[in-house]
Amino acid sequence: MARMKFLCDAERCIECNGCVTACKQENEVPWGVNRRRVVTLNDGVPGEKSISVACMHCSDAPCMAVCPVDCFYKTEEGVVLHDKDMCIGCGYCFYACPFGAPQFPQAGAFGVRGKMDKCTFCAGGPEKDNSKEEFAKYGSNRLAEGKLPACAEMCSTKALLGGDGDVVAEIFRTRAMKRGKGAEVWGWGTAYGKPDNPQQQAPKGEKS
Amino acid sequence: MSSVRRLLVALAAIAALGGLAGCGEKDQIVLYQQGKYQGKPDTKPADNDPGGSLYTTSKWTKGDKASWEAAIKSRNQNQNEYTRAN
Repeated sequence: MARMKFLCDAERCIECNGCVTACKQENEVPWGVNRRRVVTLNDGVPGEKSISVACMHCSDAPCMAVCPVDCFYKTEEGVVLHDKDMCIGCGYCFYACPFGAPQFPQAGAFGVRGKMDKCTFCAGGPEKDNSKEEFAKYGSNRLAEGKLPACAEMCSTKALLGGDGDVVAEIFRTRAMKRGKGAEVWGWGTAYGKPDNPQQQAPKGEKS
Repeated sequence: MSSVRRLLVALAAIAALGGLAGCGEKDQIVLYQQGKYQGKPDTKPADNDPGGSLYTTSKWTKGDKASWEAAIKSRNQNQNEYTRAN
């Protein structure tokens, strides 16, 4: 198996924030922590582009390299995870990450910074799989249930793809080949391709 | 003359020792390996019982990584609408 990866199709993302909501709901992420968020460029201008961003589970992750307590690890599936029992909340990983993925819950007086929290690719953490402890610290472990991240599976336009890198790349390649290209073209045709038979009439429904 | 030679030999010996000391320098970069770090070990997803969770729908053999990967790959195709609708 290749590494687990996310891929967001900027031609399709409609900034509905369904992925953000799915992540929040699936992992019961507290207020102030956003494991995933949607970034829009040229918002409101025709041709605007949106992209859903979370931890990209880098092959050579800078967060792992800078962590002073070495709390990060990478699973065989290429998912970058960390041990919250070891994390000291220093924030080095936040400065190292090019995507702003590491988040720090702020609670109590003086804006005390808690232990780092980030997207786990819905793979939980170093606790017993699908246990209460794992859910409380890291959220849902969908990979252990044979599922893929909730954000990608919930995406209504299938802009956000998540899973085995080879499979995701093949899905995207097929899509790109079907819909053609053109930097100026935007809209339905670019996102979803053209119908095989444009003359085909929609079937007439009968009133019940 | 011999004292100069003796000094040179001493200097060479010191330089050699210094060089050896350099060999013992520890790597400043933390080396992380696949699945090995200072924290707790994590179980692999394939090692879970597919029937162990209430909402598991994928089917694989417990402990068989290949069957878990096959289940994940087939589920991945649900994100490919060209195999679903078109």
